[in-house]
Amino acid sequence: MNILEVDQLTKKYGDLTAVDRVSFSVHDGEIFGFLGPNGAGKTTTINLLTGLARATSGTARVSGFDCTGEIKKAQQIMGIVPDESNLYDDFDGFENLSFCAALYGMQKDEREKKAKDLLQQFGLAETGKKPFRAYSHGMKRKLTIAAGIIHDPKILFLDEPTTGIDVASARQIRQLIQNLNQKGTTIFLTTHYIEEAERLCKRIAFIVGGKIVRIGLLDELMREVQQENVVQLAFADGVSNLKPSIQENFPDVVVEVPGNQLIRLRSSRPLNLTPLMRFFEERNLPVYEARIMRPSLEEVFVKITGIELQKMKQEKEGKGKQ
Amino acid sequence: MKSWIAFWNILMKDMRNYYLKPPNISWGLVFPVAWTLMFFLKSPTAVNVRELLPGVMSLSILFGTTSVLAVTITFERRSRSFERLLLAPLDLNFLMLAKTSGAILFGLFNAFVPVLFASFLTHLSGISWLPVLGAVFLISVTSTLLGLFIAVSVKEVFEAQTFSNFFRFPMIFLCGLFIPVQGLPLFLRPLSYILPLTYGADILKSSISQNGHLGLPVNFVILLGFAVGLFALTIRNVKRKWIY
Repeated sequence: MNILEVDQLTKKYGDLTAVDRVSFSVHDGEIFGFLGPNGAGKTTTINLLTGLARATSGTARVSGFDCTGEIKKAQQIMGIVPDESNLYDDFDGFENLSFCAALYGMQKDEREKKAKDLLQQFGLAETGKKPFRAYSHGMKRKLTIAAGIIHDPKILFLDEPTTGIDVASARQIRQLIQNLNQKGTTIFLTTHYIEEAERLCKRIAFIVGGKIVRIGLLDELMREVQQENVVQLAFADGVSNLKPSIQENFPDVVVEVPGNQLIRLRSSRPLNLTPLMRFFEERNLPVYEARIMRPSLEEVFVKITGIELQKMKQEKEGKGKQ
Repeated sequence: MKSWIAFWNILMKDMRNYYLKPPNISWGLVFPVAWTLMFFLKSPTAVNVRELLPGVMSLSILFGTTSVLAVTITFERRSRSFERLLLAPLDLNFLMLAKTSGAILFGLFNAFVPVLFASFLTHLSGISWLPVLGAVFLISVTSTLLGLFIAVSVKEVFEAQTFSNFFRFPMIFLCGLFIPVQGLPLFLRPLSYILPLTYGADILKSSISQNGHLGLPVNFVILLGFAVGLFALTIRNVKRKWIY
């Protein structure tokens, strides 16, 4: 069952088409990744889905509610975590969460209990009366996520949740996202950290220049670039001088030596490891590890979009630090 | 009921975060006090105090409400915390009422600071307080909505202040606060009659110093019309400019 259905959604600002006939659906209970470079239309799409922007044409429905005509009903069941933490600087964590709960009409006792529980769950209970402005960037992100789920939304829109924060906080946030999803919350995640999407998402859409260029299950996307078989072997001793000899004995295999104790073998056909192992055993070179190398989502992204990932990261992180 | 919980909490949040902050309380007190002293001390007789009171009250409301609302909303827009309100499942009209209610209360409070001062200088007997209350409320509403109109039109806090003054200072002279509208050059009078403060000040003049010239029913109907019209206009602007 789909919780979100988007059909031919378009947003134009004058001559600029920020979102161009985008169509996709998000299944109930999944983590859906929405990946793309800076200015691809990710945040505009989120704004269209959550009621902060009006579509030029096309439709979007959240749990059956039209995101234009019935946006207030749709907002009742959606949680939104924007790319910038936007809580109230003068309020402490508890006050911020209680206020956000009140916006959804929760009664005082209920919202105070929920606020305390979330502060505990997100490891922020010890911040006490500290105002939001005094929080670290990681703490701010965590509290903003907590504010997004205070009313138990069915679907949570997370816009770049880990941009610009330290590794430990990012890891905690990823864990929190997984926990939320396990409890049944559908997650719509935009991120420029491809490895984050790879770790968290079940399905992924790539958006470039306002258009969705590919959408599919993570495994399906991976298979698209998995056109060759790669095996990496690890040795205790140096093997860099073996390259010509391996190449001579196994002409169908492309040999790479990425390190003194590593050999990588590529082949368009499935690799038979038995003769390879025998080859090294005859030379008294025990193989300590043999690993089948799978393509990363990063490779998939680069292949599909043609965008240099490093450049995209630098752009985003520069923006996140501002 | 759910909407009213949100309404109350938005009002309380604004009160705590903005209106009850020492700088704003001081603005709410110091500004009316300054106007009061400026006019009343120069005109110490009982008659003059009553004649000046409607203008000073109007001015206190106008400057208090427009300043605070325009600045706070612009500030919340800049910090993006206003988005949190737009994303809440609240009807936009209701949300904007909640957002403006704090400023309206602030305006009511500001209006009665000069009254308090005047009570030390002259007798305030014979004043029709009911129309005064009605006028103070409607001046607060229209001035607050003017502040909201300004907030929707600008992006920076300093722009809000500058833009506010563009409206406010001419209104001191055009709305008959201290110079009667009938005393203005003929070509300026149409401007006076398109500004809601003219009608609010006229009610106060009729009720406090008995020198209004338009009549209470006409003033109330026009002021109410301005309040409804300005509200509809600002909601339209909010939809157009903030929901992109």
